[in-house]
Parts: sequence; structure tokens; C-alpha cells
Amino acid sequence: MAAASETRLSAAETDALRKIAGTMVPADAVLGMPGADDPAILDDIVRSVGRDLPLVREALTAIATKSSGVFAEMDQAAREGLINDWYASGGAPAVALGRAILGAYYRDDRVLLALGHEARAPFPKGYVLEQGDWSLLDVVRGRQPFWRDDRVVPIEDR
Amino acid sequence: MAGNQKVDVLIIGSGASGAAVAWSLAETKMRILCLEQGDWMKPTDFPSNGRDWEARRYTDFEISPNRRGRDTDYPVNDDNSLMKIANFNGVGGGTIIYTAHWPRMHPSDFKVKSLDGVADDWPVDYWALEKFYEENDRMMGVSGLAGDPGVPPRHPPMPPIALGKTGTRYAQAMNRLGWHWWPSDSSIATTDYEGRARCINLGHCTPGCAQGAKASTDITYWPLALRSGVELRTRCRVREITTDEHGMAAGAIYYDADGVEQFQPAEVVILACNGVGTPRLLLNSASARFPNGLANSSGLVGRNLMLHPWPIVSGYVDEPLDGGRGPINTIWSKQFYETDPSRDFVRGYTLQFGRGTGPANQAIVGAASGLLPWGRDHHRRYRRMLDHRLSIGVACEDLPEEHNRVTLDPVLKDSNGIPAPRIDYTISDNTRRMMEHGIARAEEILTEAGATDLYASRTALNYPGHLLGTARMGTDPERSVVNQWGRAHDVKNLFIVDGSIWVTSGGVNPTSTIQALALYVADQMKQRLAALFD
Repeated sequence: MAAASETRLSAAETDALRKIAGTMVPADAVLGMPGADDPAILDDIVRSVGRDLPLVREALTAIATKSSGVFAEMDQAAREGLINDWYASGGAPAVALGRAILGAYYRDDRVLLALGHEARAPFPKGYVLEQGDWSLLDVVRGRQPFWRDDRVVPIEDR
Repeated sequence: MAGNQKVDVLIIGSGASGAAVAWSLAETKMRILCLEQGDWMKPTDFPSNGRDWEARRYTDFEISPNRRGRDTDYPVNDDNSLMKIANFNGVGGGTIIYTAHWPRMHPSDFKVKSLDGVADDWPVDYWALEKFYEENDRMMGVSGLAGDPGVPPRHPPMPPIALGKTGTRYAQAMNRLGWHWWPSDSSIATTDYEGRARCINLGHCTPGCAQGAKASTDITYWPLALRSGVELRTRCRVREITTDEHGMAAGAIYYDADGVEQFQPAEVVILACNGVGTPRLLLNSASARFPNGLANSSGLVGRNLMLHPWPIVSGYVDEPLDGGRGPINTIWSKQFYETDPSRDFVRGYTLQFGRGTGPANQAIVGAASGLLPWGRDHHRRYRRMLDHRLSIGVACEDLPEEHNRVTLDPVLKDSNGIPAPRIDYTISDNTRRMMEHGIARAEEILTEAGATDLYASRTALNYPGHLLGTARMGTDPERSVVNQWGRAHDVKNLFIVDGSIWVTSGGVNPTSTIQALALYVADQMKQRLAALFD
């Protein structure tokens, strides 16, 4: 892995991340989903790594090691198998890499719209929460109090 | 060292308890000063203002101070604890980043020795605190519904949070099982309330409320306390409490915003730093007269730490719900709260039923649980998860054990060079049996609700930040740190009002009881002003 900045992934690391991200969350034309290797999403991932940079670097190194340095040359099925196998026991580096990719991917406008969500911040518009069925509470209202009243304990037993 | 004018009352910490005690004492017209190591928060600071609202739960609004790493935070060595420490340092303290669940302790929680033969009874009972619970509910602004047969009568001033699709799904399942449920009390305004705007359903409430509907003490108690003349000084990190030649608290040494060491003299010192910050400060205040730490003749400062193990069980249903589009709080169940002799553990737990989270967090949680694969199957599985999640938290009572404790780390220090706290904590066998019982019941409920792909997280996903018991109250100076009205046995002008004075933990979120206790201690102080140090 090429020497890199202390604050941002290097170009070589970003190239490696592109292949990994595209394997972990690939594009799906039928569902209208871009891949996590989409240039805008990848750029967001790289910008968002932040405090997890050391862990993400560890993750990239671990995947490179596990694939004997040929991850990019493997076919999609082999890459997926390797990633799923590694992620399950990859510890903090795996969690950090997954969180960086998913955090950026699932705020992309195209992704949210394809999922039927609005592409916006929650504030100031908020959301509408329906009341639900309060009649379900009727049966509970009829129940006798069952919390334990300490005042009914005989004084001599206290 | 710079000098400051002496105050009558010095409060350290501006969170749940510090704000309540400051407001209550303000009517005495004493000169009251509060030192807070963090900043005031602005509504525009909170994550729900931006598109990165979910990601910021893992950065500057992370509940763990170690990961959050703001310059107002101090590090905590919690390596030797499965339960990690959560807190927030700023005006409002932990109420900035809590989820606003608002249950009270039950009457039985104060009498566990008498009723169940374990731990110790509290020196106060529910009924002594009842009027302070009520006062606090009005001050914080609580939504809920009277008439719950599972808890003593209470009178929430606002209607409950809507059940929504998620709450309805839970309620249907609970009714089929014949088990108790009720809409959760929450310190979230469901109507406009005392200048606060009503909740507009911004999603998960934990990382701060941009709308101001969630009650944090910076927008409830503090505006009133400041208007009454209390002074609040931010960016002031207290290093130690000093004592005079009579063994009385003389004041506090702190570092101001510029890192300059200051001394603040005071007639009375009140600690409100909660169950990790308070013992840390007492232990850091060791002196020739108090070689084991201030107020620590019992040796119990830092001991009996209780953290509330809180398993979460999740599952996914076949209809879209309303995750991420409303407060996480829906309903609670007290079905398994009180001790049942037929079970293999004493005491009990609350079940808390949660709404799902937003798109990114759903994916992160799904990946962490192993249910969301990477690769071409990712999208298909994710679409069955997003907006379809049910999750039940098991709020277990954590009984006190002296080996669970806060000490000073021999190496780790904060940015001012003050020794950081170290946590040594294990989960007891009784609590583990309780956790498994709760997990099994939660799985029954989720199955009844039609959920599949059940996943139980015992300790990995939820550290509630309930920091309790490390300066316990009691009447016996050899078995407690403060007396029955919060005054240190060893130092008669030193009071503690936060979660550290708890004797046991109950199976509920603690904030309403922390504040009721703080109001109770303040009331006791006001009644005894003429003889406070006798």
C-alpha cells in the first residue's frame, strides 16, 4: 500500500476502497440502486472516514492480505465470499469500514429516492406519525393495579 | 492561582441533577454558581439539521466520550467492562443525548432488602419522593397517559406519543399474549409546552432535538434558574474539592476556558457529575486529611457501580412501519418488573418497545447483526429490513456489588492532566439470568407480532449511560457516603445529588428519579438552612 496522508486515504488506498465498496454494495440496475463505488458516493465515503482512518486502513490491509493482493482481479462471487467471511470476524476495522460505506451510501439522494424515502434532513419539516389504534388499550385499562405496594408490608416485617 | 469571590453554593455539573438543584435553591436568594466543563448547545448544532444526521451519531454526537472525543470530554478507561460508559459534557449533561424515556422507580425498588432480601433498602422511599417526581414532570414537561395499572398513579401534563404503526403492532401482540403494556412516559413535548414547540417527529431523539421538543435541562430548568440569579460558568473543568483546617469543603480548583487554574471558594459544595464523574472528583480530591479521597471514610466512593445491562432483541415484520419517523419510544411493559419467586432470579425488568431507525442506521445495525449480507444479495435483504424493524429493550435491574467500581486510572489523563476514571465491572449471575429471561420473553413477543430473523444483542449495541451507585446514600457512615438527605457523612458542607447516591438501580431509566432526588435534597437543605452543618 502506498504511503498516505495522515488525514486522508491515498489515491492507491482509494482505488482499493472503490473495488471493495463496489463489492460490498454493488449497483443494481433493476432496483435503480447505484453501487457504493459510484464516484459521488465513493467521494462521500472518503471524506467521511475521519476519525476512523486508521481502522479503515487496517481493513484495507486485512482484505489485501486475505486476498493475497489480488482482490481486484477476483470475480464478483469470490470477492463477495471473501468480504462476508472477513467481515464476520474482522472486529473494529470491519465495523469501521462497513459504517463508513453504509453511512455515506444511505444518504445519497438516488439511493433514498429509490427506497421510497425523501432525500432531506429531518429538520425542519419532520414527519407525520399516525396515532395508531388506541382502542387496543381498553383491555389493559381494565386490569387491576399490580405494582408492588411497599406500604402493605406489615411493619414488623420491614 | 486566580481568585474568585466566594459563593454560598457551588454546584459542579449542569446536567439533570445540577440544573434541578440550582433551580430549587434559587428561591433562597443565596449566591449560587454552577461550573460546567462543556458548552451551551445550540439547536442548529444537532444532527437532524443535516443530511449526515445518522452518521453523526457515531462522531460528535456519539454517546461514548471516548469515541466522541470533544475537547470538553474526558476519557474513560472502560476496557475492563463489557458495558461501556456513555455520557455527555455540556449544559444539560446527559439530557442532551438521552432518549427521553421517563419511567419512575417503583415503590419496591426502594425496599429490596425488606421485600426480597437482597442489597440494601434506601433511606428514603417512593412516597417521600412522589411530590418531587410530580414537580419534576411539570418542570421537564412529560407526555404520557394516567391510569397505568403497572405503576403508581402519576399525572403526565401532556398526552402520550402516538403509537403509530410500530406501537400498534406491539400492542396487538401484547394483547394476544395477555401481557401488560402502556404508552411510555417520555420527556418529549407532544403539545406546545412552556415555550417549547411540540415534537414534529424528527426521528431518533438521542443525539439532541433541533426542535427543542425533548426536555434537556438547558431548555427547561436552566433558563429559569439563570433568570433567578444563578450563575452558570461553562468550560470550567474542576480538578478537585479542597478542604479547610476543619475538614470542611473550602471550594474547588478548576481550569477555565483558557486552561488557567482557578480557585472558587464556597460555603457549600454540591456535586452533580453523576456516577462516574462524582467518584472521580472525590478520589482526585485526596489530601493529607482525606488520604483515600474526599468523603471516603467508608471506602465506598467509587464502589457499587451499577450500569443497567440492557439486551436488545430485534426482528423484522412483513409490513412497512414508521422507523426513523418518530421518537423511538412507543410502549413499555411492567409485566415482569416485580420479583416472582417462581423465577430463578430476584427483582425484574421493564420491557421497552422501540421504533426503528433511519436508513443508514438500519443498514449498520443489520450488518452488525450478521443479517445483512454484503454483495449482490445486499439490496434484496435490506429492503426487507428498512422500515420493518421491531426491537425490544430489556431494562434489567442491576444490583450493587462492591467489586464493580470506579477508580483513578494510573496512566490515563484528560487534556488538563487530571487522572481519568477507570471502570471495573462485571455482570452478576442474577442479572445474567434476568437478561436471558427478558430476552426469551422479548422473542415470544416479537414472534407473536409476526417478526422473523430475530437477533438478540446482550451487551454489544446498547450502553444506556446509567451511571449509578458510586457514592451511595444511607444512615450508617460505615456503609454509605452520604446521609439520607444527600450530605456527605465526612464533610458537612458537601452534598451529592446525582446518580451516584443511588442504593439500588431499579429496572428503569434513571433521569426522572435522579431529578426527583435532587429536588428532594434541595428541599431538605432549604428546610435546614439554619442548621445545615449540624
